[in-house]
Amino acid sequence: MIEVERLAKIYQIGEQKVTALAGVDFSIDKGEFVAIMGPSGSGKSTLMNLLGCLDLPSSGVYRLENLDIQGLKADQLAEVRNRRIGFVFQNFNLLPRATAQENTELPLLYGRVPNASQIALEALERVGLSHRAKHKPTELSGGERQRVAIARALVNRPAIILADEPTGNLDSITGAEIMKLFHDLNRESVTLILVTHEPEIAQQAKRIIQMRDGKIVSDEMNEVMPC
Amino acid sequence: MLIWVLFKMALRSLVTHKLRTFLTALGIIIGVASVISMISIGEGARLQTLNTISKFGTNIISIKPGQQKSRHVTTGKVDTLTLDDANFIENNTPLITGVAAQVYRSSQLKFENKNTNTTVRGTGPSYARVANFTLDRGRYFNDEEVRSAQRVCVVGSTVLKNIFEGINPLGKTIKVDGKNFLVIGVTASKGALSWFDPDDQIFIPVTTAQKRVFGMKHIQSIDVQAAKIEDLEIIKEDISRFLRQRHNILEGQEDDFYVQNSSEFLNSWGNAAKTFTYLLGGIAGISLMVGGIGIMNIMLVSVTERTREIGIRKAIGAKKKEILQQFLIESVLISFLGGGIGILLGIAISRIVSNIGGWETIVSTQSIILAFGFSVMIGVFFGFYPANKAANLNPIDALRYE
Repeated sequence: MIEVERLAKIYQIGEQKVTALAGVDFSIDKGEFVAIMGPSGSGKSTLMNLLGCLDLPSSGVYRLENLDIQGLKADQLAEVRNRRIGFVFQNFNLLPRATAQENTELPLLYGRVPNASQIALEALERVGLSHRAKHKPTELSGGERQRVAIARALVNRPAIILADEPTGNLDSITGAEIMKLFHDLNRESVTLILVTHEPEIAQQAKRIIQMRDGKIVSDEMNEVMPC
Repeated sequence: MLIWVLFKMALRSLVTHKLRTFLTALGIIIGVASVISMISIGEGARLQTLNTISKFGTNIISIKPGQQKSRHVTTGKVDTLTLDDANFIENNTPLITGVAAQVYRSSQLKFENKNTNTTVRGTGPSYARVANFTLDRGRYFNDEEVRSAQRVCVVGSTVLKNIFEGINPLGKTIKVDGKNFLVIGVTASKGALSWFDPDDQIFIPVTTAQKRVFGMKHIQSIDVQAAKIEDLEIIKEDISRFLRQRHNILEGQEDDFYVQNSSEFLNSWGNAAKTFTYLLGGIAGISLMVGGIGIMNIMLVSVTERTREIGIRKAIGAKKKEILQQFLIESVLISFLGGGIGILLGIAISRIVSNIGGWETIVSTQSIILAFGFSVMIGVFFGFYPANKAANLNPIDALRYE
């Protein structure tokens, strides 16, 4: 599903070249639940941006569902993001003036999918929030907002869902609920990639990739703890 | 379908910031309203003037004495036209229906104990027809009275009002510069122009005016009436040829007279008035431009404020074009709204101006289309830069924006 070869990202800051990602190799199969770990500055955010097609690598190969990403243009990347990737952010990133349902609908509208509002409602149902469909983000709790974000991420049936510190802004109980939701989705064979620096969260993934200084230092399968 | 969604999004964002939207649209409202009302005032003034001018007749050629020149410097008017010139033109020019030679001067009129200053115009019997005057009462003087320089006069309606006030003037005697004249007719009112009231004058035989009142040998103007407007040019050429011959002007020398036809006068007046209208509209158009800059300003603020939103939209798959459209729709909606309200306000203003100010105003469909189209174009033009800025944001930076 995901194949990454010698993927590198080098930023030019003034005179200096900063290597954010120094050539990483790995592949992720369908239905996996992967956590990418590492301290800040380890390159995990850069890797996340590349995997999410928000940015292009300086060199190397990134293949998503057999599609070569590295040569694409901005609008083609937008289309890949729309069709194949779902994002869940630490700070939810919902549109404040749109209802939960409208937020969930948005990827479908940009993807020109018919029956958007019905499909969006089903996605909200899946995260257990269909009764809050008409509420705006400001009327929802943090956990509920993140559920809306997850519904929005999976509404287009993407190849992967990328979650960047999804529990970072939540209390531990709500965070656990969100993690349980991720497990449920993974059981329904949704591919999940979770970026986090919290070991307790990473421990819940089936596979943990540890990063440091732009390189992968370990890539191990993990005995999943029941949550 | 997507465009409808984008439209709804734009509308919602405008509704959320009602006051801001209104203030932004206000620039356009004022611009459109002033374009429409200014053009309506200009057009009204133009048509009113042209209507009044055309009452003097549009198929008239008027001949005036030229100017004396010495080494190409104008030194003064010359007294080149004579009554004989007028008679010659009358007897020899084809395609004409009347010739009226004129002398005129401002003089004092006296009737009993009332007096007034007015234009005394010495003319021939065909003047009334040529100058498009009709008689309200009495009659105009005839050939015989002109030939024998009788002291008779026809008075205009303003003069009637000024010195006769309710008295039937026919058969009464008035004094013109101290000389007695018998009133034989009254002309019907033609209505005044702002700078000239055609009813504020009296008409006396041209010969009487020359010999007995003004003491002049020459004449000041000859009006020639053409049977058909299309013949004006031919007649003008004939008259020029006759007068050059009669005044012994050699080939290559300049005319010592002017020939102008009234439709030229009408045209040049119409053009002047049109320029005035364009000027008014242009000044109003500047306020429309200022309104457009207001839209751009607010849209730039809005793009900056919504950087995060743009990042989110891009992350979930919005293309450049779709972001561009969303913001462009917003700015066009503002200018549409402003244009719509501006049209109503513009019409209202021109109504008020004509009702209270008493000016005639004409709201033309063209000016509405012009102002509205221009405002929508301004929405696109001034909305494009901010929208493009939004569309070109980098999604990562936009998502990280606080």
